[in-house]
Amino acid sequence: MARKHPLRRPDGDSSADQPAGIQIVGLTKRYLTPKGEAFTAIKDVTLTVEPGQFCSIVGPTGCGKSTTLAQVSGLEKPSAGSVKVGDRLVDGITDGVSYMFQADALFPWKSVLNNVMMGPVLLGTPKREAAALAKDWIRRVGLAGFEDRYPHQLSGGMRKRVAMAAALINNPRILLMDEPFGALDAQTKVIMQNELLKLWEELRPSVLFITHDLDEAVALSDRVVIMTSSPGAVKDVFDVDLPRPRGNVQHIRHEQRFLDLQGRIWDSLKDEVTRAYARSAGAAA
Amino acid sequence: MIATLPEAEVPTPAADPQTAFKRRHRRSVTAVWVGRVVLAVIVIGGWQWFTAAGWVDPFFFGQPSEIWHSLVKLFSQGTAFGTIWENLWVTAKEAFGGFLLGTLAGVVIGILLGSNRYLSSVVGPYIRIVNSIPRIILGSIFIVAFGLGTFPKILLAAVLVFFIVFFNAFQGVREVDQNLIANVRVLGASPVQVARHVTIPSAMTWIIASLHTAFGFAIVGALVAEVLGAQQGIGLIISQAQGTFDPNTVFACMAIIAVVTLGAEFLISLLEHRLLKWRPPSRSEASAI
Repeated sequence: MARKHPLRRPDGDSSADQPAGIQIVGLTKRYLTPKGEAFTAIKDVTLTVEPGQFCSIVGPTGCGKSTTLAQVSGLEKPSAGSVKVGDRLVDGITDGVSYMFQADALFPWKSVLNNVMMGPVLLGTPKREAAALAKDWIRRVGLAGFEDRYPHQLSGGMRKRVAMAAALINNPRILLMDEPFGALDAQTKVIMQNELLKLWEELRPSVLFITHDLDEAVALSDRVVIMTSSPGAVKDVFDVDLPRPRGNVQHIRHEQRFLDLQGRIWDSLKDEVTRAYARSAGAAA
Repeated sequence: MIATLPEAEVPTPAADPQTAFKRRHRRSVTAVWVGRVVLAVIVIGGWQWFTAAGWVDPFFFGQPSEIWHSLVKLFSQGTAFGTIWENLWVTAKEAFGGFLLGTLAGVVIGILLGSNRYLSSVVGPYIRIVNSIPRIILGSIFIVAFGLGTFPKILLAAVLVFFIVFFNAFQGVREVDQNLIANVRVLGASPVQVARHVTIPSAMTWIIASLHTAFGFAIVGALVAEVLGAQQGIGLIISQAQGTFDPNTVFACMAIIAVVTLGAEFLISLLEHRLLKWRPPSRSEASAI
Protein backbone atom coordinates (compact mmCIF):
# COMPACT_ATOMS: atom_id res chain seq x y z
CA MET A 1 0.00 0.00 0.00
CA ALA A 2 1.40 3.34 -0.96
CA ARG A 3 0.96 5.47 2.10
CA LYS A 4 -0.23 8.95 1.43
CA HIS A 5 2.62 11.27 2.03
CA PRO A 6 1.90 13.42 5.05
CA LEU A 7 3.44 16.41 3.38
CA ARG A 8 0.49 17.76 1.44
CA ARG A 9 2.06 20.27 -0.90
CA PRO A 10 -0.06 22.99 -2.47
CA ASP A 11 0.03 21.41 -5.96
CA GLY A 12 -2.18 18.44 -5.15
CA ASP A 13 -4.45 19.88 -2.56
CA SER A 14 -6.87 22.71 -2.09
CA SER A 15 -5.72 26.21 -1.39
CA ALA A 16 -6.58 25.67 2.27
CA ASP A 17 -3.21 24.04 2.71
CA GLN A 18 -1.19 26.92 1.39
CA PRO A 19 0.52 29.03 3.99
CA ALA A 20 -1.62 32.02 4.78
CA GLY A 21 -0.44 35.45 5.75
CA ILE A 22 -1.69 37.08 8.91
CA GLN A 23 -2.83 40.68 8.92
CA ILE A 24 -3.54 42.24 12.26
CA VAL A 25 -5.03 45.73 12.07
CA GLY A 26 -5.74 47.98 15.04
CA LEU A 27 -6.25 45.00 17.31
CA THR A 28 -7.40 45.89 20.82
CA LYS A 29 -8.42 43.45 23.54
CA ARG A 30 -9.94 44.42 26.84
CA TYR A 31 -10.73 41.99 29.61
CA LEU A 32 -13.19 42.33 32.42
CA THR A 33 -11.38 41.90 35.71
CA PRO A 34 -13.14 40.05 38.55
CA LYS A 35 -13.72 43.46 40.14
CA GLY A 36 -15.72 44.50 37.11
CA GLU A 37 -13.14 46.88 35.67
CA ALA A 38 -11.87 46.88 32.12
CA PHE A 39 -8.26 45.94 31.62
CA THR A 40 -6.63 46.68 28.30
CA ALA A 41 -4.25 43.86 27.45
CA ILE A 42 -3.31 45.02 23.96
CA LYS A 43 -4.05 48.29 22.26
CA ASP A 44 -4.06 49.08 18.59
CA VAL A 45 -1.68 46.32 17.54
CA THR A 46 -0.96 46.31 13.84
CA LEU A 47 1.39 43.78 12.29
CA THR A 48 1.68 41.63 9.22
CA VAL A 49 3.10 38.17 8.78
CA GLU A 50 3.74 37.28 5.13
CA PRO A 51 2.66 33.83 3.95
CA GLY A 52 5.23 31.29 5.04
CA GLN A 53 7.10 33.77 7.17
CA PHE A 54 8.57 33.01 10.58
CA CYS A 55 7.71 35.96 12.81
CA SER A 56 8.69 36.30 16.45
CA ILE A 57 7.16 38.55 19.05
CA VAL A 58 9.50 39.64 21.82
CA GLY A 59 8.61 41.78 24.78
CA PRO A 60 8.55 42.03 28.55
CA THR A 61 6.26 39.84 30.61
CA GLY A 62 2.63 40.86 30.47
CA CYS A 63 2.78 42.83 27.23
CA GLY A 64 -0.06 40.89 25.64
CA LYS A 65 1.90 38.53 23.44
CA SER A 66 -0.26 35.56 24.35
CA THR A 67 -3.39 37.68 23.99
CA THR A 68 -2.38 38.49 20.42
CA LEU A 69 -2.01 34.79 19.63
CA ALA A 70 -5.41 34.00 21.12
CA GLN A 71 -7.02 36.55 18.78
CA VAL A 72 -5.26 35.06 15.76
CA SER A 73 -6.39 31.53 16.62
CA GLY A 74 -9.96 32.71 17.06
CA LEU A 75 -10.15 31.38 20.62
CA GLU A 76 -11.04 34.91 21.70
CA LYS A 77 -12.83 37.75 19.98
CA PRO A 78 -11.07 41.09 19.66
CA SER A 79 -12.64 44.10 21.37
CA ALA A 80 -11.69 46.28 18.40
CA GLY A 81 -9.73 45.91 15.20
CA SER A 82 -9.48 42.82 13.08
CA VAL A 83 -7.36 39.81 12.29
CA LYS A 84 -7.22 38.45 8.78
CA VAL A 85 -5.78 35.04 7.99
CA GLY A 86 -5.24 34.63 4.28
CA ASP A 87 -8.11 36.65 2.90
CA ARG A 88 -10.56 35.58 5.60
CA LEU A 89 -11.53 37.66 8.60
CA VAL A 90 -11.09 35.65 11.80
CA ASP A 91 -14.46 34.92 13.38
CA GLY A 92 -14.54 31.80 15.49
CA ILE A 93 -11.81 29.19 15.37
CA THR A 94 -9.46 29.76 12.45
CA ASP A 95 -8.98 26.84 10.07
CA GLY A 96 -5.60 25.21 9.77
CA VAL A 97 -4.08 26.58 12.94
CA SER A 98 -1.94 24.67 15.41
CA TYR A 99 -0.91 25.84 18.84
CA MET A 100 2.16 24.99 20.86
CA PHE A 101 2.48 26.10 24.45
CA GLN A 102 5.26 26.45 26.97
CA ALA A 103 3.66 23.81 29.15
CA ASP A 104 3.42 20.81 26.86
CA ALA A 105 -0.30 20.50 26.29
CA LEU A 106 -0.24 16.73 25.92
CA PHE A 107 -2.95 14.39 27.14
CA PRO A 108 -1.36 12.64 30.11
CA TRP A 109 -3.86 9.76 29.75
CA LYS A 110 -3.07 9.12 26.10
CA SER A 111 -0.05 7.33 24.71
CA VAL A 112 2.38 9.15 22.44
CA LEU A 113 0.67 7.67 19.38
CA ASN A 114 -2.80 8.71 20.53
CA ASN A 115 -1.55 12.17 21.41
CA VAL A 116 -0.12 12.74 17.96
CA MET A 117 -3.21 11.18 16.35
CA MET A 118 -5.53 13.73 17.96
CA GLY A 119 -5.23 16.29 15.16
CA PRO A 120 -6.35 14.07 12.27
CA VAL A 121 -8.89 12.26 14.46
CA LEU A 122 -10.60 15.55 15.32
CA LEU A 123 -10.74 16.34 11.61
CA GLY A 124 -12.60 13.08 11.08
CA THR A 125 -9.76 11.05 9.56
CA PRO A 126 -10.36 7.29 9.94
CA LYS A 127 -8.49 5.79 12.91
CA ARG A 128 -6.21 3.56 10.88
CA GLU A 129 -5.14 6.30 8.52
CA ALA A 130 -4.60 8.70 11.40
CA ALA A 131 -2.45 6.12 13.20
CA ALA A 132 -0.29 5.59 10.12
CA LEU A 133 0.17 9.32 9.72
CA ALA A 134 0.96 9.72 13.40
CA LYS A 135 3.55 6.94 13.29
CA ASP A 136 5.24 8.67 10.40
CA TRP A 137 5.36 11.93 12.33
CA ILE A 138 6.64 10.26 15.47
CA ARG A 139 9.47 8.91 13.34
CA ARG A 140 10.12 12.33 11.85
CA VAL A 141 10.60 13.90 15.26
CA GLY A 142 12.92 11.05 16.19
CA LEU A 143 10.72 9.18 18.64
CA ALA A 144 10.19 5.92 16.73
CA GLY A 145 9.75 3.13 19.26
CA PHE A 146 8.14 5.38 21.86
CA GLU A 147 4.60 5.17 20.44
CA ASP A 148 3.16 3.34 23.44
CA ARG A 149 4.73 5.42 26.17
CA TYR A 150 2.74 7.83 28.27
CA PRO A 151 3.90 11.46 28.51
CA HIS A 152 5.08 11.09 32.11
CA GLN A 153 7.54 8.44 30.96
CA LEU A 154 9.30 10.89 28.62
CA SER A 155 11.88 13.59 29.25
CA GLY A 156 11.03 17.27 28.76
CA GLY A 157 12.70 17.35 25.35
CA MET A 158 10.89 14.23 24.20
CA ARG A 159 7.56 15.66 25.30
CA LYS A 160 8.34 18.74 23.23
CA ARG A 161 8.97 16.52 20.23
CA VAL A 162 5.59 14.87 20.75
CA ALA A 163 3.94 18.28 21.01
CA MET A 164 5.72 19.35 17.83
CA ALA A 165 4.55 16.27 15.94
CA ALA A 166 1.00 16.83 17.26
CA ALA A 167 1.10 20.46 16.14
CA LEU A 168 2.48 19.77 12.67
CA ILE A 169 0.64 16.57 11.75
CA ASN A 170 -2.33 18.45 10.28
CA ASN A 171 0.06 20.42 8.08
CA PRO A 172 -1.18 23.73 9.49
CA ARG A 173 -1.23 26.95 7.50
CA ILE A 174 -0.39 28.81 10.66
CA LEU A 175 1.65 27.69 13.62
CA LEU A 176 1.20 29.65 16.83
CA MET A 177 3.93 29.05 19.37
CA ASP A 178 3.71 30.50 22.85
CA GLU A 179 7.19 30.28 24.36
CA PRO A 180 7.37 26.63 23.33
CA PHE A 181 10.94 26.12 24.51
CA GLY A 182 10.80 28.42 27.53
CA ALA A 183 10.98 25.66 30.09
CA LEU A 184 13.78 23.65 28.51
CA ASP A 185 17.41 23.57 29.54
CA ALA A 186 19.88 25.37 27.25
CA GLN A 187 21.15 22.29 25.40
CA THR A 188 17.74 20.76 24.76
CA LYS A 189 16.50 24.14 23.65
CA VAL A 190 19.13 24.39 20.90
CA ILE A 191 18.34 20.87 19.71
CA MET A 192 14.63 21.62 19.58
CA GLN A 193 15.21 24.92 17.76
CA ASN A 194 17.19 23.12 15.06
CA GLU A 195 14.51 20.45 14.87
CA LEU A 196 11.80 23.08 14.52
CA LEU A 197 13.67 24.95 11.79
CA LYS A 198 14.19 21.72 9.86
CA LEU A 199 10.50 20.78 9.98
CA TRP A 200 9.40 24.33 9.29
CA GLU A 201 11.57 24.52 6.20
CA GLU A 202 9.86 21.39 4.90
CA LEU A 203 6.29 22.53 5.56
CA ARG A 204 6.63 26.32 5.53
CA PRO A 205 3.58 27.33 7.55
CA SER A 206 3.40 30.94 8.70
CA VAL A 207 4.67 31.07 12.25
CA LEU A 208 3.92 33.47 15.08
CA PHE A 209 6.48 32.65 17.73
CA ILE A 210 6.44 34.22 21.18
CA THR A 211 9.62 34.24 23.17
CA HIS A 212 11.54 36.05 25.88
CA ASP A 213 14.79 34.99 24.35
CA LEU A 214 16.07 37.53 21.85
CA ASP A 215 18.79 35.20 20.54
CA GLU A 216 16.16 32.60 19.82
CA ALA A 217 13.98 35.15 18.05
CA VAL A 218 16.77 36.41 15.79
CA ALA A 219 18.17 32.97 15.02
CA LEU A 220 14.83 31.51 13.96
CA SER A 221 12.85 34.37 12.46
CA ASP A 222 12.44 36.39 9.32
CA ARG A 223 10.80 39.16 11.29
CA VAL A 224 11.06 40.21 14.92
CA VAL A 225 8.33 42.32 16.51
CA ILE A 226 9.07 44.18 19.73
CA MET A 227 6.08 44.81 21.96
CA THR A 228 5.73 47.29 24.82
CA SER A 229 3.77 46.53 27.92
CA SER A 230 0.61 47.79 29.64
CA PRO A 231 -1.14 48.07 27.39
CA GLY A 232 0.60 45.89 24.86
CA ALA A 233 1.45 47.62 21.62
CA VAL A 234 3.93 47.15 18.79
CA LYS A 235 7.03 49.21 19.31
CA ASP A 236 9.35 48.15 16.53
CA VAL A 237 9.52 45.67 13.68
CA PHE A 238 12.84 44.31 12.44
CA ASP A 239 13.35 42.21 9.34
CA VAL A 240 16.02 39.59 9.78
CA ASP A 241 17.77 39.00 6.48
CA LEU A 242 20.02 36.16 7.52
CA PRO A 243 20.10 33.61 4.68
CA ARG A 244 17.94 30.48 4.70
CA PRO A 245 18.33 27.68 5.48
CA ARG A 246 19.83 28.91 8.70
CA GLY A 247 21.65 25.68 9.56
CA ASN A 248 22.73 25.14 13.11
CA VAL A 249 21.27 27.72 15.46
CA GLN A 250 24.27 27.33 17.71
CA HIS A 251 26.62 28.49 14.94
CA ILE A 252 24.63 31.46 13.66
CA ARG A 253 24.97 33.07 17.06
CA HIS A 254 28.61 33.81 16.46
CA GLU A 255 28.24 35.39 13.02
CA GLN A 256 28.85 39.10 12.76
CA ARG A 257 25.54 39.85 11.00
CA PHE A 258 23.65 38.04 13.69
CA LEU A 259 25.44 40.04 16.37
CA ASP A 260 24.76 43.38 14.62
CA LEU A 261 21.06 42.61 14.28
CA GLN A 262 20.81 41.27 17.77
CA GLY A 263 22.47 44.44 19.09
CA ARG A 264 20.08 46.71 17.23
CA ILE A 265 17.02 44.83 18.40
CA TRP A 266 18.30 44.65 21.95
CA ASP A 267 18.64 48.46 22.03
CA SER A 268 14.96 48.71 21.23
CA LEU A 269 13.96 46.01 23.68
CA LYS A 270 16.19 47.21 26.51
CA ASP A 271 14.19 50.34 27.36
CA GLU A 272 11.02 48.28 27.47
CA VAL A 273 12.43 45.67 29.75
CA THR A 274 13.89 48.28 32.10
CA ARG A 275 10.61 50.16 32.16
CA ALA A 276 8.56 47.04 32.81
CA TYR A 277 10.97 46.01 35.52
CA ALA A 278 10.87 49.41 37.20
CA ARG A 279 7.11 49.33 37.14
CA SER A 280 6.83 45.89 38.67
CA ALA A 281 9.46 46.80 41.28
CA GLY A 282 7.48 49.94 42.06
CA ALA A 283 4.30 47.94 42.39
CA ALA A 284 6.01 45.47 44.71
CA ALA A 285 7.37 48.20 47.00
CA MET B 1 48.85 -6.38 55.59
CA ILE B 2 45.82 -6.65 53.36
CA ALA B 3 46.01 -10.39 53.48
CA THR B 4 45.70 -10.34 57.25
CA LEU B 5 42.44 -8.42 57.26
CA PRO B 6 39.85 -10.29 59.28
CA GLU B 7 37.11 -11.74 57.10
CA ALA B 8 34.26 -9.95 58.86
CA GLU B 9 35.39 -6.58 57.55
CA VAL B 10 35.03 -7.59 53.93
CA PRO B 11 31.56 -6.60 52.64
CA THR B 12 30.40 -10.00 51.43
CA PRO B 13 27.29 -9.37 49.24
CA ALA B 14 28.99 -6.65 47.17
CA ALA B 15 29.32 -9.08 44.29
CA ASP B 16 25.56 -9.33 43.82
CA PRO B 17 23.68 -6.30 45.11
CA GLN B 18 20.42 -7.57 43.61
CA THR B 19 20.11 -10.52 45.97
CA ALA B 20 21.19 -8.33 48.87
CA PHE B 21 18.39 -5.89 48.12
CA LYS B 22 15.91 -8.73 47.72
CA ARG B 23 16.87 -10.15 51.08
CA ARG B 24 16.59 -6.72 52.65
CA HIS B 25 13.19 -6.22 51.07
CA ARG B 26 11.95 -9.60 52.32
CA ARG B 27 13.18 -8.82 55.79
CA SER B 28 11.38 -5.45 55.89
CA VAL B 29 8.13 -7.04 54.66
CA THR B 30 8.37 -9.65 57.42
CA ALA B 31 9.01 -6.96 59.99
CA VAL B 32 5.90 -5.06 58.92
CA TRP B 33 3.72 -8.17 59.19
CA VAL B 34 5.12 -9.08 62.59
CA GLY B 35 4.32 -5.53 63.73
CA ARG B 36 0.77 -5.80 62.44
CA VAL B 37 0.10 -9.10 64.18
CA VAL B 38 1.59 -7.83 67.42
CA LEU B 39 -0.59 -4.72 67.29
CA ALA B 40 -3.74 -6.81 66.72
CA VAL B 41 -2.83 -9.14 69.57
CA ILE B 42 -2.21 -6.22 71.92
CA VAL B 43 -5.50 -4.46 71.09
CA ILE B 44 -7.81 -7.49 70.98
CA GLY B 45 -5.96 -9.39 73.69
CA GLY B 46 -5.92 -6.32 75.90
CA TRP B 47 -9.63 -5.84 75.38
CA GLN B 48 -10.29 -9.48 76.29
CA TRP B 49 -8.00 -9.28 79.30
CA PHE B 50 -9.41 -5.99 80.64
CA THR B 51 -13.00 -7.18 80.35
CA ALA B 52 -12.18 -10.64 81.78
CA ALA B 53 -10.39 -9.09 84.73
CA GLY B 54 -13.36 -6.85 85.37
CA TRP B 55 -11.54 -3.51 84.87
CA VAL B 56 -13.87 -2.73 81.99
CA ASP B 57 -17.51 -3.79 82.12
CA PRO B 58 -18.24 -6.25 79.28
CA PHE B 59 -21.94 -5.41 79.68
CA PHE B 60 -21.28 -2.03 78.04
CA PHE B 61 -18.17 -2.62 75.96
CA GLY B 62 -18.53 -6.24 74.86
CA GLN B 63 -15.78 -8.80 74.87
CA PRO B 64 -13.89 -10.26 71.91
CA SER B 65 -14.72 -13.87 72.79
CA GLU B 66 -18.40 -12.99 73.18
CA ILE B 67 -18.34 -11.05 69.91
CA TRP B 68 -17.01 -14.18 68.25
CA HIS B 69 -19.85 -16.19 69.80
CA SER B 70 -22.38 -13.66 68.53
CA LEU B 71 -20.86 -13.89 65.07
CA VAL B 72 -21.11 -17.66 65.10
CA LYS B 73 -24.67 -17.43 66.38
CA LEU B 74 -25.62 -14.90 63.71
CA PHE B 75 -24.36 -17.21 60.98
CA SER B 76 -25.55 -20.54 62.45
CA GLN B 77 -28.92 -19.60 63.96
CA GLY B 78 -29.76 -16.48 62.01
CA THR B 79 -31.79 -13.63 63.44
CA ALA B 80 -35.39 -12.84 64.20
CA PHE B 81 -35.65 -11.35 60.69
CA GLY B 82 -34.29 -14.29 58.68
CA THR B 83 -30.77 -15.55 58.11
CA ILE B 84 -27.82 -13.23 58.34
CA TRP B 85 -27.23 -13.72 54.60
CA GLU B 86 -30.69 -12.40 53.75
CA ASN B 87 -30.14 -9.37 55.95
CA LEU B 88 -26.66 -8.80 54.59
CA TRP B 89 -27.99 -9.05 51.05
CA VAL B 90 -30.66 -6.43 51.80
CA THR B 91 -28.12 -4.00 53.26
CA ALA B 92 -25.58 -4.61 50.51
CA LYS B 93 -28.26 -4.10 47.86
CA GLU B 94 -29.25 -0.79 49.42
CA ALA B 95 -25.67 0.38 49.79
CA PHE B 96 -24.66 -0.59 46.23
CA GLY B 97 -27.87 0.83 44.80
CA GLY B 98 -27.32 4.11 46.60
CA PHE B 99 -23.68 4.11 45.61
CA LEU B 100 -24.45 3.67 41.91
CA LEU B 101 -27.30 6.16 41.89
CA GLY B 102 -25.36 8.77 43.86
CA THR B 103 -22.19 8.34 41.80
CA LEU B 104 -24.05 8.57 38.51
CA ALA B 105 -25.92 11.70 39.56
CA GLY B 106 -22.79 13.22 41.09
CA VAL B 107 -20.67 12.64 37.99
CA VAL B 108 -23.26 13.91 35.52
CA ILE B 109 -24.28 16.99 37.48
CA GLY B 110 -20.71 17.70 38.60
CA ILE B 111 -19.40 17.68 35.04
CA LEU B 112 -22.36 19.70 33.76
CA LEU B 113 -22.03 22.39 36.40
CA GLY B 114 -18.24 22.33 36.25
CA SER B 115 -18.19 23.07 32.55
CA ASN B 116 -20.89 25.74 32.61
CA ARG B 117 -19.80 28.88 34.40
CA TYR B 118 -23.24 30.49 34.43
CA LEU B 119 -25.05 27.46 35.82
CA SER B 120 -22.40 26.92 38.47
CA SER B 121 -22.61 30.56 39.57
CA VAL B 122 -26.38 30.30 39.88
CA VAL B 123 -26.56 26.94 41.65
CA GLY B 124 -23.26 27.21 43.58
CA PRO B 125 -24.51 28.87 46.80
CA TYR B 126 -27.51 26.53 47.05
CA ILE B 127 -25.31 23.49 46.74
CA ARG B 128 -23.16 24.85 49.53
CA ILE B 129 -26.23 25.40 51.69
CA VAL B 130 -27.53 21.89 51.06
CA ASN B 131 -24.08 20.51 51.74
CA SER B 132 -23.93 22.22 55.12
CA ILE B 133 -27.19 20.77 56.43
CA PRO B 134 -26.92 17.40 58.19
CA ARG B 135 -28.22 15.24 55.36
CA ILE B 136 -28.44 12.10 57.44
CA ILE B 137 -31.61 13.57 59.00
CA LEU B 138 -33.23 13.34 55.57
CA GLY B 139 -33.47 9.62 56.34
CA SER B 140 -36.39 10.29 58.69
CA ILE B 141 -38.24 12.14 55.96
CA PHE B 142 -37.53 9.46 53.37
CA ILE B 143 -38.85 6.74 55.67
CA VAL B 144 -41.99 8.69 56.47
CA ALA B 145 -42.49 9.44 52.80
CA PHE B 146 -41.56 6.10 51.22
CA GLY B 147 -42.16 3.54 53.96
CA LEU B 148 -39.98 0.78 55.38
CA GLY B 149 -38.85 -0.80 52.09
CA THR B 150 -35.47 -0.58 50.39
CA PHE B 151 -36.16 2.55 48.37
CA PRO B 152 -35.73 5.16 51.15
CA LYS B 153 -32.46 3.46 52.15
CA ILE B 154 -31.12 3.63 48.63
CA LEU B 155 -32.18 7.25 48.49
CA LEU B 156 -30.39 8.20 51.71
CA ALA B 157 -27.22 6.37 50.67
CA ALA B 158 -27.41 8.08 47.27
CA VAL B 159 -27.78 11.52 48.83
CA LEU B 160 -24.69 10.99 50.98
CA VAL B 161 -22.69 9.64 48.05
CA PHE B 162 -23.88 12.30 45.65
CA PHE B 163 -22.28 15.25 47.38
CA ILE B 164 -18.89 13.64 47.71
CA VAL B 165 -18.75 12.57 44.08
CA PHE B 166 -20.35 15.76 42.88
CA PHE B 167 -17.78 18.05 44.52
CA ASN B 168 -14.94 15.97 43.18
CA ALA B 169 -16.31 15.82 39.64
CA PHE B 170 -16.95 19.56 39.77
CA GLN B 171 -13.46 20.31 41.02
CA GLY B 172 -11.98 17.86 38.53
CA VAL B 173 -13.58 19.70 35.64
CA ARG B 174 -12.38 23.01 37.03
CA GLU B 175 -8.80 21.77 37.25
CA VAL B 176 -8.63 20.77 33.60
CA ASP B 177 -5.56 22.17 31.90
CA GLN B 178 -6.87 25.17 29.95
CA ASN B 179 -4.02 24.87 27.45
CA LEU B 180 -5.21 21.39 26.62
CA ILE B 181 -8.71 22.68 25.94
CA ALA B 182 -7.41 25.56 23.83
CA ASN B 183 -5.27 23.08 21.94
CA VAL B 184 -8.10 20.75 20.92
CA ARG B 185 -10.44 23.63 20.20
CA VAL B 186 -7.91 25.10 17.79
CA LEU B 187 -7.67 21.68 16.17
CA GLY B 188 -11.38 21.93 15.54
CA ALA B 189 -12.93 19.92 18.37
CA SER B 190 -16.65 20.34 19.02
CA PRO B 191 -17.86 20.87 22.61
CA VAL B 192 -18.78 17.17 22.76
CA GLN B 193 -15.30 16.19 21.61
CA VAL B 194 -13.74 18.53 24.17
CA ALA B 195 -15.78 16.79 26.88
CA ARG B 196 -14.94 13.32 25.59
CA HIS B 197 -11.24 13.81 25.03
CA VAL B 198 -10.31 16.34 27.71
CA THR B 199 -12.83 17.19 30.40
CA ILE B 200 -14.09 13.75 31.36
CA PRO B 201 -10.77 11.87 31.36
CA SER B 202 -9.22 14.71 33.31
CA ALA B 203 -11.98 14.76 35.92
CA MET B 204 -11.80 10.96 36.17
CA THR B 205 -8.77 11.14 38.48
CA TRP B 206 -10.76 13.17 40.96
CA ILE B 207 -13.93 11.14 40.62
CA ILE B 208 -12.22 7.82 41.21
CA ALA B 209 -10.36 9.17 44.20
CA SER B 210 -13.71 10.13 45.70
CA LEU B 211 -15.25 6.68 45.21
CA HIS B 212 -13.32 5.20 48.15
CA THR B 213 -14.88 7.65 50.60
CA ALA B 214 -18.18 7.53 48.78
CA PHE B 215 -18.66 3.81 49.31
CA GLY B 216 -18.10 4.19 53.03
CA PHE B 217 -20.85 6.79 53.05
CA ALA B 218 -23.17 4.54 51.05
CA ILE B 219 -22.88 1.90 53.78
CA VAL B 220 -23.44 4.50 56.48
CA GLY B 221 -26.53 5.79 54.67
CA ALA B 222 -28.02 2.31 54.28
CA LEU B 223 -27.32 1.36 57.91
CA VAL B 224 -28.64 4.57 59.41
CA ALA B 225 -31.80 4.38 57.33
CA GLU B 226 -32.30 0.82 58.57
CA VAL B 227 -31.78 1.85 62.16
CA LEU B 228 -34.41 4.56 61.63
CA GLY B 229 -36.94 2.02 60.44
CA ALA B 230 -36.76 -1.21 58.47
CA GLN B 231 -38.10 -4.73 58.18
CA GLN B 232 -34.79 -6.35 57.36
CA GLY B 233 -31.11 -5.49 57.22
CA ILE B 234 -27.96 -5.27 59.30
CA GLY B 235 -29.06 -1.88 60.62
CA LEU B 236 -32.20 -3.45 62.00
CA ILE B 237 -30.19 -6.19 63.73
CA ILE B 238 -27.99 -3.49 65.24
CA SER B 239 -30.95 -1.49 66.51
CA GLN B 240 -32.53 -4.66 67.97
CA ALA B 241 -29.29 -5.57 69.70
CA GLN B 242 -29.14 -2.07 71.11
CA GLY B 243 -32.65 -2.52 72.47
CA THR B 244 -31.67 -5.75 74.23
CA PHE B 245 -28.40 -4.35 75.66
CA ASP B 246 -26.30 -6.67 73.53
CA PRO B 247 -23.10 -4.83 72.52
CA ASN B 248 -21.51 -8.06 71.26
CA THR B 249 -24.01 -8.41 68.40
CA VAL B 250 -23.49 -4.73 67.49
CA PHE B 251 -19.74 -5.34 67.27
CA ALA B 252 -20.34 -8.52 65.29
CA CYS B 253 -22.43 -6.57 62.78
CA MET B 254 -19.69 -3.96 62.57
CA ALA B 255 -17.21 -6.67 61.70
CA ILE B 256 -19.46 -8.08 58.98
CA ILE B 257 -19.95 -4.64 57.42
CA ALA B 258 -16.22 -3.97 57.60
CA VAL B 259 -15.58 -7.08 55.51
CA VAL B 260 -18.11 -5.96 52.90
CA THR B 261 -16.58 -2.49 52.75
CA LEU B 262 -13.07 -3.87 52.39
CA GLY B 263 -14.26 -6.05 49.51
CA ALA B 264 -15.81 -3.05 47.78
CA GLU B 265 -12.66 -1.01 48.41
CA PHE B 266 -10.66 -3.72 46.71
CA LEU B 267 -12.93 -3.63 43.65
CA ILE B 268 -12.68 0.16 43.49
CA SER B 269 -8.89 -0.09 43.66
CA LEU B 270 -8.93 -2.53 40.76
CA LEU B 271 -11.03 -0.09 38.75
CA GLU B 272 -8.67 2.71 39.71
CA HIS B 273 -5.65 0.79 38.47
CA ARG B 274 -7.37 0.00 35.21
CA LEU B 275 -8.60 3.48 34.44
CA LEU B 276 -5.63 5.41 35.72
CA LYS B 277 -2.82 3.26 34.41
CA TRP B 278 -1.40 6.27 32.59
CA ARG B 279 -0.51 7.98 35.85
CA PRO B 280 3.08 8.13 37.00
CA PRO B 281 3.69 5.75 39.89
CA SER B 282 3.60 7.58 43.19
CA ARG B 283 6.85 8.12 45.00
CA SER B 284 5.97 5.70 47.76
CA GLU B 285 5.84 2.78 45.33
CA ALA B 286 9.51 3.16 44.49
CA SER B 287 10.86 4.30 47.81
CA ALA B 288 14.54 4.62 48.51
CA ILE B 289 16.12 1.47 49.81
